[in-house]
Amino acid sequence: MDSERPVVAAAAHADATIVIVGAGQAGGWTAQTLRKEGFAGRIVLIGDELHPPHERPPLSKAVLAGEAVPESTRLLKSEAFDALALEWRAGTRVTGIDRAARRLELSDGDVLGYDKLVLCTGGRARTLPIAGADEPGVHTLRTIDDALALAPSLRPGSSIVVVGGGWIGLEVAATARRRGADVVVVEAQSRLCERTVPGEISEHLMALHCANGTRVMLGAGVTAFARGSDGRLAVRLADGTSLACDTIVVGVGLVPNDELAREAGLECDGGVLVDARCRTSDPDILAAGDVAVAENPWAGRRMRLESWHNAQEQGIAAARSALGLEVDYQPLPWFWSDQYGMNLQIYGVPMPSHHVVTRGVAGSETFALFYLDGDVVKAALGPNAARDLRFARRLIEQRKPVDTQRLADTAIPMSKL
Amino acid sequence: MTTTWIDAAACDDVPQDDVIGVPVGGREIALYSVGGDVFATDNVCTHGHARLCEGFLEGHEIECPLHQGRFDVRTGQPTCAPATEALRSYPVKVEGGRVWLAID
Repeated sequence: MDSERPVVAAAAHADATIVIVGAGQAGGWTAQTLRKEGFAGRIVLIGDELHPPHERPPLSKAVLAGEAVPESTRLLKSEAFDALALEWRAGTRVTGIDRAARRLELSDGDVLGYDKLVLCTGGRARTLPIAGADEPGVHTLRTIDDALALAPSLRPGSSIVVVGGGWIGLEVAATARRRGADVVVVEAQSRLCERTVPGEISEHLMALHCANGTRVMLGAGVTAFARGSDGRLAVRLADGTSLACDTIVVGVGLVPNDELAREAGLECDGGVLVDARCRTSDPDILAAGDVAVAENPWAGRRMRLESWHNAQEQGIAAARSALGLEVDYQPLPWFWSDQYGMNLQIYGVPMPSHHVVTRGVAGSETFALFYLDGDVVKAALGPNAARDLRFARRLIEQRKPVDTQRLADTAIPMSKL
Repeated sequence: MTTTWIDAAACDDVPQDDVIGVPVGGREIALYSVGGDVFATDNVCTHGHARLCEGFLEGHEIECPLHQGRFDVRTGQPTCAPATEALRSYPVKVEGGRVWLAID
C-alpha cells in the first residue's frame, strides 16, 4: 500500500465534468492546472468577457498607455490554450446554481451539469452612489474593454480627475501623467493607500506623484459629478470646490462577484468563504481568486487577497483540490504596484502591534521596512527593493529570528541574515 | 560540423551560487554557477520581460525577480508558475579559466 499516493476523487475520472465560472487569471490557472494534473474529462470555462484568460496588471499600465496590445496579457498563447481542449463559453453568464441537481443555468438558456464547480467570478469596480456617476466620460478600470475605453482620453493637454488614491487610482494617475495629461488625484482619507500601507509609504507615494506633476488632494470627499454648459465634466467636493476636467476615473475598490454563490446558499462573508482546500460550504463547489475569502494565518483573520499572485496560486490550488489532491493553501500575501518606474512590493500584513526596522533611508529611492513580532519578521515592504524583499519573504516564511541591527545595516547582504 | 565555442566570461566573473548577465554573440545570456558547475540560458524570462540575472538562484532553480516564475538552469525547463515556456539553454565548457558557450 502506498500511503503517499493521493486519493483521486470521482470527479477526476474521464467522464467527469468540471465547470469553471469566470475566465480571468484564476479561472485560467484552474483550467490549465486540471490538465497538467492529468484530468482528461470535460472542462467548461465560462466567462462574461469576450477575451480568453489574461493577467490584469498591465491594464492600468502598458495596455492603458497604448504600449502593449491587449493580446499581450493572455495567460497562454493560442496554441497552448487550444491544446487544453476546453469548452470555452465567452460572453456567457451563469444565472443560477441548482446545488441539489449539480446543475447551472446559463444566460443563453442552456443548462449545464457539473461534478465539481469552481467559482472564479472575481469582482467588479466599485462605483460611487452620487449624482452624475453615469455621465459619459466617467470611467472605472477593471477589464480590457475598460482600458481600451479609457486609453484615448489620456493624451497631452487633457485633464483627468482620479477619484481614489488607492492602487488603481495611483497607477492610472501615473500612466496618465506619462501620456502628458494633467492629473488631479482626489482621496477621501488623510493619506494615500491608507488601507494597505503604513504612513511612511503613503508619504513616499505622495512625494513620488507630486514630483511627477500630479496634484493630490487628501481628505477630499466627492459629492457629485456634473457636466457643465461648456460640455466639460466637473467633480464637486464636500468643501464646495469644483474641479473641471475632461475625464473622471473612479478607483474606489472592488466589489466581489459573490451574488451567484449567495443566491445558491453558499456561506459568504464579503466574498465566497473557502477553506485551505479552496472548498466552499458545499464540498462540490470551490472558489479561487479575488472572490474568495479565507482565514489567512499570516494576517490572523479572514480576508480576500486581491492580487495577481493569489489569482494564480489559488487557481492552481483549487484545481488540485477539485481532483482530490492534497492542498493546504495558506499563502503569505504578496502584492506589488508599479508607478513611474517605481516598483513597490509588500509581503505579509503589517500590524500596529509590530515594531518597525528600517533598512536604508525612508523616503529615498530605495528602502525597506520590516515589521517584527519580537525578533521574527512578519511583514516587509518598500520601493525598488525587490531583491531584499525576496530574502525577507524567506525570513518571514521560515519564521527565523533575526538580529535587528544587522537587518537595518545595508552593508550586510540580506542573504547573510 | 564542428561546434563553435564563444568566450562568454572569465570563470571568476561568475560568483559561486549566483547569476550574472552577459552579452554573447548578440544575445543576452544568464550564466549560473552552481556547486562548481556553470550553466547558461537566455537571460530574459519567457513570461514577463524581466532579466533573470537580477533574480534569485536557489540550488539549480532561477527565480524571476518580477513574478517569481522558476526555471531549472540546467535545462531551461519551467518548474513553477507563472513560467510555462522553457528558456533556451546553451552548452557550456570551462577551459583556460574562461566560460565558453555554444550558441548555435
